[in-house]
Amino acid sequence: MAFLARVGRVVLAFFSAAGRLTIFTLTALSHCFRPPIYVNLILRQFVDIGYYSLPVVGLTAIFIGMVLALQLHTGFNRITGGESAIAQVVVLGMTRELGPVIAGLMVAGRIGAAIAAEVGTMRVTDQIDALSTLSTNPYKYLVVPRLLAGIVALPVLVLVADNIGVFGGFLVATYKFGFNPAAYLQNTADFLRSSDVISGLVKSAVFGFLISLMGCYTGYHSKGGAQGVGAATTYAVVSASVLILMFDYILSALLFSS
Amino acid sequence: MTGAPKISVRGLKKSFGPKVVLDGLDLDVGVGESVVVIGGSGTGKSVMVKCIIGLMEPDAGSIKIDGQEVTGLKRSEREKLMRKFGMLFQGAALFDSLRVWQNVAFGLIQGHGVGKEEARAIAIKTLGAVGLGPEVAELWPAELSGGMQKRVGLARAIAAKPEVIVFDEPTTGLDPIMGDVINDLIIKCVRDLGATAISITHDMASAHKIADRIAMIYKGKIIWQGPANTIDKSGNEYVEQFIHGRAEGPIKMEVRAL
Repeated sequence: MAFLARVGRVVLAFFSAAGRLTIFTLTALSHCFRPPIYVNLILRQFVDIGYYSLPVVGLTAIFIGMVLALQLHTGFNRITGGESAIAQVVVLGMTRELGPVIAGLMVAGRIGAAIAAEVGTMRVTDQIDALSTLSTNPYKYLVVPRLLAGIVALPVLVLVADNIGVFGGFLVATYKFGFNPAAYLQNTADFLRSSDVISGLVKSAVFGFLISLMGCYTGYHSKGGAQGVGAATTYAVVSASVLILMFDYILSALLFSS
Repeated sequence: MTGAPKISVRGLKKSFGPKVVLDGLDLDVGVGESVVVIGGSGTGKSVMVKCIIGLMEPDAGSIKIDGQEVTGLKRSEREKLMRKFGMLFQGAALFDSLRVWQNVAFGLIQGHGVGKEEARAIAIKTLGAVGLGPEVAELWPAELSGGMQKRVGLARAIAAKPEVIVFDEPTTGLDPIMGDVINDLIIKCVRDLGATAISITHDMASAHKIADRIAMIYKGKIIWQGPANTIDKSGNEYVEQFIHGRAEGPIKMEVRAL
């Protein structure tokens, strides 16, 4: 009986958490379309999420592009004529998959944690209650700007990551393996379709939403002082990372099912 | 108290799981009156105040402000109602990301639609009223001492000239001299604005100084109330024990053996 009770408590806690997250998400989304909209706060968050994440996303993207070309070259050596597909696979891999996922995971670590820590500290120091007493809706002031900025900033970051990643592959292919630069670029351009880029941007917009949502949700519901804020931060990063990988599969299945 | 009360609380109940915090609490606060609610830690003071200002929804009971029932108000109606309120939080709850003047002007800009320049001028004037010079206006909250933070919190609470001001443990964590300075400022600000004040504290020196009337809360109910100058002759053994800070008496602390 004790075992069943424990299982029951876990199941109830799961549905309770899922319900709270759903209500939080729907409430936040409903406030996205109702005034007042704090444009200055959205721009500030856009700069925080987008501009300040550029170095880390750029660095990650160039190394991912480089290692991809390296691995493909050694792997495709086993197939006759396989080496000629390196440019195509690098650009396809970066735009459809690696660009959005790597940028999403890096931003989840950097921004998801920062949002959870900031909102969580505001919760445990009564700053969120203070907002309410000053006739300001915390959802509109704290959550909506971060959600909207996340949705817009991630696709911009991914566009940059796509270009840098392809450039990384180009560097390895041309300088290390002696590919003809013009032919490599021509192969890349000929093979790439706009749908490859757009699918990556759609994914990244969803990832941006998930990162901001989990940061805000865990921060908003944190309690118990420094320990609670620390737990919220960890949970924000872990849950956003898992959700990114989950939604990556779901969106890939939906976008490329045909 | 004469005339219709500004705030009328009847049969207020609030529980957290099996723990009953408010158990049918009744309290009236007259227009322009300063009521201090005293009581030990965990007796329900903060929960009562949070229910009155709408940060928490009670399980049962009625809260009327100016004769209007405010339990179950929609969020938008609550935001309008909050324009009548100012609150000084225990830890001041200043917004870390805003400068001092922006903190003080926050309610004016967001809640009352006052322009930025005008709000800044009012903020600097209000800072002067709590004994802080204009040079403090440009500082960040983290650069202030505890006493200065409380004063900025007080300035923020009174900047929009509220009809009701709530003080949550206004002197907790301050040295006795700074505590007395805050008490004097509370008396001056409440008198100048003609506001109604509710304070919660367990600092008896503060309660004696700022209260017209004192009420004592114990186990979620008001067990005694009367004019501030009669509390020393209350004839209530719970009040006697509390105001003299005696370990022996009807109020038992649950202490277990090591």
